[in-house]
Amino acid sequence: MTLHDIYLLSPELSLAAIAMALILLDLVVSRKSLLAGFGALGLIVPVILSVILWIDLDNSSVSQMQGIFGTLVVDKFSLFFKFLLSIAAALVILMSAGYVQRIRHFQGEFYGLVLLSTSGMMLLASATELISIYVALELTALPSAALAAFLRDGKSAESGMKFLILSAISSAVILYGMVYIYGFTGTTSLEGIASQIERLISYGVLDPQAAFGDNKALLFGVILLIAGFGFKISSVPFQFWAPDVYEGAPTPITAFLSVASKAAGFAVILRLFYISFPFEAFSENWAAIFAILSIVSMTFGNLVAIRQNNIKRMLAYSTIAHAGYVMVGLAAFAARAQSGSMDAGPSAVLFYLGGYVATNLLVFGAVIAVSNKIDSDEIDDYAGMARRAPLIAAAMAFAMISLTGIPPTIGFMSKVYLFGAAVNANLEWLAVAGMVNSVISAYYYLRVVKVMYLRDPAEDKPVVADAATGVALTATAAATFVFGVYPTPLIDLARSAVSVLVGV
Amino acid sequence: MFEGWLTIAVFLPIAAAVLIALFGRNPVMVKWFAAIVSLVELALTFVIFLLYDTSDGAAQYQLVDKVTNWIPIESFNVQYFLAVDGLSAPLVLLTGLLGMVAIFASWSINMRVREYFVWLLALQGAVMGVFTSLDFFLFFLFWELELIPMFFLISIWGSGRREYSAMKFLIFTILGSAFMLVGILVLFFSTGTFDMTELPAAIVSSKLLLPSVVVFAMLFVAFAVKLPIWPLHTWLPDAHTDAPTAASVMLAGVLLKMGAYGMFRVSAAMFPDVLRDVSWLLAIAGVVNILYGASVVLRQTDMKRLIAFSSISHMGFVVLGLSSAVGVAGQISPLGLTGASLQMFTHGAITGLLFLLVGYVYERAHTRHIPDLGGLAVNMPVLSASLAVAGLASLGLPATAGFVSEIHVFLGTFPVWGWLTAIGAFGVVLTAGYILWMLQRVMFGPRNSRLDDLTDATPLEMVPVAALIIAIMVVGIFPSTIADVFSIGIAPIVDSLQNAVVSAQ
Repeated sequence: MTLHDIYLLSPELSLAAIAMALILLDLVVSRKSLLAGFGALGLIVPVILSVILWIDLDNSSVSQMQGIFGTLVVDKFSLFFKFLLSIAAALVILMSAGYVQRIRHFQGEFYGLVLLSTSGMMLLASATELISIYVALELTALPSAALAAFLRDGKSAESGMKFLILSAISSAVILYGMVYIYGFTGTTSLEGIASQIERLISYGVLDPQAAFGDNKALLFGVILLIAGFGFKISSVPFQFWAPDVYEGAPTPITAFLSVASKAAGFAVILRLFYISFPFEAFSENWAAIFAILSIVSMTFGNLVAIRQNNIKRMLAYSTIAHAGYVMVGLAAFAARAQSGSMDAGPSAVLFYLGGYVATNLLVFGAVIAVSNKIDSDEIDDYAGMARRAPLIAAAMAFAMISLTGIPPTIGFMSKVYLFGAAVNANLEWLAVAGMVNSVISAYYYLRVVKVMYLRDPAEDKPVVADAATGVALTATAAATFVFGVYPTPLIDLARSAVSVLVGV
Repeated sequence: MFEGWLTIAVFLPIAAAVLIALFGRNPVMVKWFAAIVSLVELALTFVIFLLYDTSDGAAQYQLVDKVTNWIPIESFNVQYFLAVDGLSAPLVLLTGLLGMVAIFASWSINMRVREYFVWLLALQGAVMGVFTSLDFFLFFLFWELELIPMFFLISIWGSGRREYSAMKFLIFTILGSAFMLVGILVLFFSTGTFDMTELPAAIVSSKLLLPSVVVFAMLFVAFAVKLPIWPLHTWLPDAHTDAPTAASVMLAGVLLKMGAYGMFRVSAAMFPDVLRDVSWLLAIAGVVNILYGASVVLRQTDMKRLIAFSSISHMGFVVLGLSSAVGVAGQISPLGLTGASLQMFTHGAITGLLFLLVGYVYERAHTRHIPDLGGLAVNMPVLSASLAVAGLASLGLPATAGFVSEIHVFLGTFPVWGWLTAIGAFGVVLTAGYILWMLQRVMFGPRNSRLDDLTDATPLEMVPVAALIIAIMVVGIFPSTIADVFSIGIAPIVDSLQNAVVSAQ
């Protein structure tokens, strides 16, 4: 590992260092609330380091910098996710500050594990080789499983166990898929796979017109990879773990899993499929698979969410639906064959994820603030919250409006941009399906708003958010609104990030 | 170009809503503040209407506010583009007028006053945005922005099954706009522009990603839900009946016009060829609306429900007038289009007035059930007289606005659709029947003793009534004040339809 490698990995390394420091600090600091502040402020370090790397890239002639024998790469795509994940982790830590009071011991470990998991996700966004993808996945999943079980009660233990077993299974499936691909192409490097396939096409071994080159090994490999990553992003039919895990896990961890681990999952899917399988016959097929998964996910998620009475379960199904929306952007790969904009699909994925991080953390921040006080996640217990906690209720209502996709929110902008990418890729039917799904989702999102604003509260005791959660709520609400009326900077960022994938 | 008038007209109510949300602690202050804002807004829209230059050779789109670098991305090139033309200028005025009426109609609101006025003002700003946006994306944004305020207005301050009605309104509308968004995106990715002033030409010169009739249908569904066209109307009676008075006024007065406006601005102006081919369908839909609405009205006993169904009937005239533009014989009839556009304005004013007066009656009598009312004219001479004026205007009495628009529609439609128009005209007979019958049962006849100590309208309550009556009479006696502006607005539509018909022959 050279000094340059350390420089390239500095965001991940700094995160790991902060995680260790937090665990040690926990031993000496008696005021535990300082830990959250230290964790959240500490996340400024990887953000600054990422900014430095971004500027370095801007000034250099190359679009990416490779490190550790080419297994990891620093490009704008990975840096985009490093920003996003750092911000998400910082917000989650802020939201945890009040919540962890109910955990007597190991608060330092709680934050430390969040940071370690985040550094795994960052590696995932940088990995350009199958083995490093796998290692990064494990680094992401193991701390998450521990975090899910952190409350150490029945439901939380079940949540952690389920998460552990299912991520082990999905990792096995991914590994199995990787084996096929490696066995056929003889390389684990993503770019190497692409050039090997290209060579085989030119030798006539693979038929460029047929699905997956008319090759069973590649077909199985890709399908297994999609299935394995399907677990990670909780896409139907690999979603069944999500509601139980989300319900049982500590709420900040639910928030963390629903945004950060999903974002990292999409990062690796985008890189893997765009770099390794960009050929027409391949892309049409995997894009079609994602289109089908997309429509099934959003429909299933939205329909089942309607019946939920527990807000965490409802949000779990909403997450499944949103995974479906994001996959619209993956399905929109075919735009490359059109005269339209090449980066529409992947940039829509990034833009949508950015918006989803802001909006979903806003919802979860409100849920955490409320559950800290009333100790319940039943939607009915939100009755009259508009009177008991006008600001929290307003924040939550605003987030619900954003999740539905109604202006002036980023949820609206990102949905329009995403479905625009679908139309651009001749997937009008998918855009229609997505929009009809937002109509379905309006019903259950606005039901929460209705309960908060129309029902009478059971008691009049005001609900107040703690300062740290307040900061997180303000930041996410501001992002949801500002990018909802002026999304240009975020879209620009997303487009420059994906330029390495589409080769613009 | 940035003249600023329209930007202020759109954002003044929204800014006022934000101010009230932040600082509106005192309910009385909130009401007066909202009232002043609404009066300023009315004055502003009046100025905008007067500023619109109707002379020959004047630009079609005026008072332009344009910012091109809002979202300047090739695959998503959105501008901030507000302007008025002959079609939208009267509707801007109507929105200003009814916005003021809605605020004054809300004086008796005593529950959650601050929130109420926030939503009401936000609603007005959003609707103003719909009528002035000429960027399709911006248009859609405002179209959606109007949903949440209306949802809250109905579900919190409504009556009866208000939550059900509010949700039904919302689901129907966004189901329509779901298709509209995809239609808009298809247009954008086919032509590369969201600019509604360029789209008519761009659609002709480029190949659409989907057949134009499909795109037309996607967009039309949203307008048809909003208008509403039978059988997509079922949200309307519920929403109108259960909404608070001011929300009913806005709903019937301007929100339905969004559907009609969309049909002109998008369906007719951008797809003249498709409109030519489906005009017979529109004619039938219009007549069905007129007759269905009018016949269902006859058996209503709730005054608001009665007016709600009469709205369906009256909006049928808009569709019928629009369909007359291209007939089977290929005769272009601008009269029908003028009538349809006039109907937007007159129905807005008349129905707004009707809902307002019914709201006053309801506040006093605590019932809208017609058999429980009766003999109101004795205690409430002024309110009853106003109700009579509104009713007579609604049935199309000459010298009122209702007459002008309906006669235009019939004159324009008869040469084209002949017997179909004749059937539609039967709707006028039904209208006369149910309006007069309602007036008779509510105002005259034996009085229920429960209603003995009702009082007449206060001067403050008469302000919006007077404003609307003046508008109705002015348009009735001098229709050219509005009609001339509208006819400038529809002239390009008539031209393109003419070309569409010629090219078909």
